[in-house]
Amino acid sequence: MAPVLDVDALIGDPQTRIVVCCGAGGVGKTTTAAALGLRAAESGRRVVVLTIDPARRLAQSLGLTALDNTPKAVKDIDDTGGGSLDAMMLDMKRTFDDVVLAHAAPDKAQQILDNPFYQAVSSSFAGTQEYMAMEKLGQLRLEADRDPDNPRWDLIVVDTPPSRSALDFLDAPKRLGSFLDGRFIRLLAAPARVGGRAYLRVFSAGVNVVTTTLSKVLGGQMLNDVQTFVAALDTMFGGFRERADHTYALLKDGGTAFLVVATAERDALREASYFVDRLDEEGMPLAGLVVNRVYRVSAPGLSAARALSAAEQLADDEGGGSSGGSPDGSGSTAITRGLLRLHAAQAEVAARHQKLAKRFIAGHPGIPMVEVPAAAQDIHDLVGLRAVGNALAGH
Amino acid sequence: MAAGAAPGGAEVRDTDWDGVRLHIVTGKGGTGKTTVAAALALALAGQGRRVLLAEVEGRQGISQTFDVAPLASTEARIAHAPRGGEVFGLSVDAKAALLEYLHMYYKLGRAGGLLEKFGAIDFATTIAPGVRDVLLIGKVYEAVRRRRDPRARGRGSAPAYDAIVLDAPPSGRVARFLNVNHEVADLARVGPIRSQANSITAMLKSPQTAVHLVTLLEEMPVQETVDTIADLRAVGMPVGGVVVNQVREPILTPALLKAAARETISREDVAADLTRVSVRATDTLVDGLLAEARDHAERVALEHDEAKVIAGLRRPTYRLPTLPEGVDANGIREMAETLVAQGMA
Repeated sequence: MAPVLDVDALIGDPQTRIVVCCGAGGVGKTTTAAALGLRAAESGRRVVVLTIDPARRLAQSLGLTALDNTPKAVKDIDDTGGGSLDAMMLDMKRTFDDVVLAHAAPDKAQQILDNPFYQAVSSSFAGTQEYMAMEKLGQLRLEADRDPDNPRWDLIVVDTPPSRSALDFLDAPKRLGSFLDGRFIRLLAAPARVGGRAYLRVFSAGVNVVTTTLSKVLGGQMLNDVQTFVAALDTMFGGFRERADHTYALLKDGGTAFLVVATAERDALREASYFVDRLDEEGMPLAGLVVNRVYRVSAPGLSAARALSAAEQLADDEGGGSSGGSPDGSGSTAITRGLLRLHAAQAEVAARHQKLAKRFIAGHPGIPMVEVPAAAQDIHDLVGLRAVGNALAGH
Repeated sequence: MAAGAAPGGAEVRDTDWDGVRLHIVTGKGGTGKTTVAAALALALAGQGRRVLLAEVEGRQGISQTFDVAPLASTEARIAHAPRGGEVFGLSVDAKAALLEYLHMYYKLGRAGGLLEKFGAIDFATTIAPGVRDVLLIGKVYEAVRRRRDPRARGRGSAPAYDAIVLDAPPSGRVARFLNVNHEVADLARVGPIRSQANSITAMLKSPQTAVHLVTLLEEMPVQETVDTIADLRAVGMPVGGVVVNQVREPILTPALLKAAARETISREDVAADLTRVSVRATDTLVDGLLAEARDHAERVALEHDEAKVIAGLRRPTYRLPTLPEGVDANGIREMAETLVAQGMA
């Protein structure tokens, strides 16, 4: 048996300041994040939920109708415990623009915003989302801590981007760091700088070869755009990196809890396994595993085998061994036979889910886990999110 | 299925996607797009054809699906299809693709090494967003155009692969992923990158390409399918078929579903039947069975609604049943047969 993940203890602990929900695409990460946020808010915490790419109706359930990049209060929550709930969707371009505006000198900022390479990078290219999710998390935390006596939020719940390798967002600061320390940025930035040529002489003659090659491959105009972009960003890169490092450190500290989200399917649990190992490697604090959409039967006392044999026996009795025993269609016991066969099929699915969960536990002993039963319907409103929150808390 | 053989051994078949050589498979996370891509590759490889199955997210989903050693950035045979076809697997790696591209088009000797040394390769493949996607699609483009005999040019030689199946990024990102070349072309107004990007975009938008969508009969995946089709159309990508995965066989008759939903089933009758076959008909058990039937009826009703939405899309639609034992190498073959029988390949 795996220890049970006590979600209420987690969100009830004032030391918990950030909860990060991560997992493969389609496992219900955003729903989990929203349900946790709501539950925490209704138990008295001041919560902000940062979602990355929510399904439309789930977004609507939080009152999010547009990408506006600023947290908005979620209406109609039970705030009798003194809590509050804000929610927002990440707008990566706006987040990037804000970084530029906040950290570059005004003339430089405009130069960056007008650069075609910047516009492409900030608005449409995959990968930017990971950097900007980290950036936004850092900003929210800063905002939360602005007035320590009266913090706007005391808990941030984050949904992670649906990355190709799902934990890309963890790598974002490191990648940025290795890039900033690298020779390549100096090479790109140098020619546009005053005295750049002299600076370049300290490099080998290889520089010319590289620049010529780049110009050949990219074309002179694009290389020029890239260089202008890098040179313009150069002035603000320091701050950029510092904040990325800071956010990374924040994720590692005791106030953060990672929840790995999965479903009771082989592929999703395999991804979850990878996440758990990866978080462990990075020294990130894992709170536990949430297994969504676990099938449960309402009549657990009856095994699948017993239900099937009972159904067959009823069919035999009715048909007297002759053609009368059509499987479910007719006869006075058709209803009961149908119920028994349905139960058998569902009990088998439930058993398969349990088996998969057990195997995960065997491979990762000691990781607290909570199962959320499958619901017939998708979540559309706060009532649905509350029900998920209840299930997360084991009720 | 097989209508006959054309000269040169290439069979003529009447499928929904004759003329399509690049099959791009996408879907919301969790819908089983990798397994469907694998099944489609096997289905297309029937009758002696050579098919390449490529993934671009480095997840090794293909090797896990076929239960073979992890794929490298070179193509390797991963499965024999029924009737003599072959499926090759490839996990496209951006860095390898860039080095290969530079080598192929620019004959970079020492400069290639220097680019690597200066971190330009790492910059391009990991830091500079977008470049990575261009490279990944570029490699697929190269495989589509490759000839079996590398020295032969033009239409004289048979293509290296009869079909290519791309296990693409999830549907939320796919339109952006496929359109990335278009944006690069805007960025690079002249020069070699521009012309390369233009050729890739032209191929992706041609009738040689079809983007298929995998969904489940659930609300969110179906909604995402609807949205993705609109996204694809907006950027001019050819929308292919819709594959409804994990379809459940009906267990209860329509009449019984209705009774279960309306809660008109007689508890006493059920209890009496159970007692007759020596099952202890406690209240808990009977209530449990009725609750299961009611939940099931609710779910089936939702599935009907979702099926209607899919029918409204007016795209060729294929249905793959749930495999009770989960998906393994045999399950993939079963799915491939189903796709062939339904005319997808």
